[in-house]
Amino acid sequence: MLNRRSFVKKSVLSSFAAIVGAEIVFGSNMIDGYTPLALQEPDPFKLFKKNNEMVVLNDKPWNIEAKAHLLDDKVTPNSSMFIRNNGKIPENINIDNWKLVINGESVKQQKTYTLQELKSKFKHYTYQLTLECGGNGRSEFNPPAKGNQWTVGAVHCASWTGIRLKDLLEDVGIKSDAVYIAYHSADTHLSGDPSKEPISRGCPISKAMQEETLLAFQMNDKDIPLAHGYPLRLVAGGWPASVSGKWVNTISVRNFVHDGPKMTGTAYRVPCKNAAPGEKVEDKDMCIIESMPVKSLITYPKSGAMIKKNKSLNIRGHAWAGELEVSKLEYSIDFGATWQGCELEKPTNRLAWQHFSATIQFPKIGYYEVWAKATDSNGVAQPMVVPGWNPKGYLNNACHRIAVKVS
Amino acid sequence: MKRDEEFFKKIKKAEKTAQYAMFFTSLATILLLLSIYDPTLSVFNSQEKLYEEVVVDEDRIENGIHVRTGLKDGKGLMTVVNNCTNCHSAKLVTQNRMNAERWNETIKWMQEKQNLWQLGENQEIIVNYLVENYPVNQVGRRMTLSNIDWYELKD
Repeated sequence: MLNRRSFVKKSVLSSFAAIVGAEIVFGSNMIDGYTPLALQEPDPFKLFKKNNEMVVLNDKPWNIEAKAHLLDDKVTPNSSMFIRNNGKIPENINIDNWKLVINGESVKQQKTYTLQELKSKFKHYTYQLTLECGGNGRSEFNPPAKGNQWTVGAVHCASWTGIRLKDLLEDVGIKSDAVYIAYHSADTHLSGDPSKEPISRGCPISKAMQEETLLAFQMNDKDIPLAHGYPLRLVAGGWPASVSGKWVNTISVRNFVHDGPKMTGTAYRVPCKNAAPGEKVEDKDMCIIESMPVKSLITYPKSGAMIKKNKSLNIRGHAWAGELEVSKLEYSIDFGATWQGCELEKPTNRLAWQHFSATIQFPKIGYYEVWAKATDSNGVAQPMVVPGWNPKGYLNNACHRIAVKVS
Repeated sequence: MKRDEEFFKKIKKAEKTAQYAMFFTSLATILLLLSIYDPTLSVFNSQEKLYEEVVVDEDRIENGIHVRTGLKDGKGLMTVVNNCTNCHSAKLVTQNRMNAERWNETIKWMQEKQNLWQLGENQEIIVNYLVENYPVNQVGRRMTLSNIDWYELKD
């Protein structure tokens, strides 16, 4: 493993090269503290105000994930929020000129709003919404699945403030043949081709019309950080986070299932029928992921805790279940042979993750793993093994576990 | 005798002239070379160095790793560097594990969707490098927890 400092320097400099459009000669020998003018902050942890323990999976585009213990807060702060970008972060955003266009086959008329109009014309709502990357847990699939190798940290539940998408769509006027809404954004394609969109996804009109589906301009009571979609983000809790488009400047109301980049082929899709590990699946047999499956994370203590035999161990964490609620949370210290119940709180609002806690007594000294298992309101629980293999490695909701040593 | 002496003197003189000529010619050559390779004559400047001088930086390999990209050194490395790190980070390559068939499919997908150019005979070099250096590893249905950072838990 490269140490963080040298890694950061190297990776960031190659990004500088991409931004500046030229290789920076002597880059790796650049004096500490010297910053190229093109980008004022070379350290992604500082640039995005992220905790130093976050893990950079990819620097072009930026993909950074949290570790379980960094997600201990009930409402996730920016410092622990994963970043999943498909293209380049837009630069030189001027909020005075920012406009949102509502167009598409199924609007009664095309309409354009300034950011100020959105904020002043419609009522504001605040919800805590769980956003999990569809590929969270991908690193465990076997045979390996292509893409960023997320472990457990591509999930967060922040507090989002904005207007309801449904209020906006009602103001515009929607035809009865509306099927899907799609976002278009200001980020740019990695290849530099201005005619290409990095990603343009969306959701069925029924999800768009939910009360909790927001066009947000604030996160945790502040302007949304740039990497998370400043100045306007679609937020659709409980669905793959890629539905929640960042830097949104257009919403299209379509009369068919949207066909933008990362909507088609294998992207954010799983086999409609179960596939054998490694099986080739035709594009026509892949179905779009909608609600995310039930899952939980032990956020305290950090894995690797050593305690004395007479001490009890307090554990806590969060659980979520896509569109559903989590109805039960259990833990096991014997690899699933027996399960004990945890305290489980109700969600603050629909689509917010729920907090659980338990106090554990260990019968004797030795190595333990504490496993957590959530069950949703339909009675479906997390599997202990990695669930059904799929070509792109989505939806791994296997139980999370931490290592504990009792001496 | 006298003629011999004079002849000898002349020879000596000619020899000296030749030596001077040689000396100045070499000096001129050195100056000429210096002016070609180091036109600013920085060799005579004793200013403090702003950067450590690095002769070859872009292609530097340390401990079997290509420093600029983090890719493993191996046959085909520079072909991979030149074709696979222009649009995305090499980290997208190094964190993945695929067999030749799936790397080829991925290349095809990048060509269809992401503006990757045709690779020609480089494709085989690239795919061979990838399956050699980043082969599929069997991880089973659930891995043993590893890299545990043990610590005393204080309340």
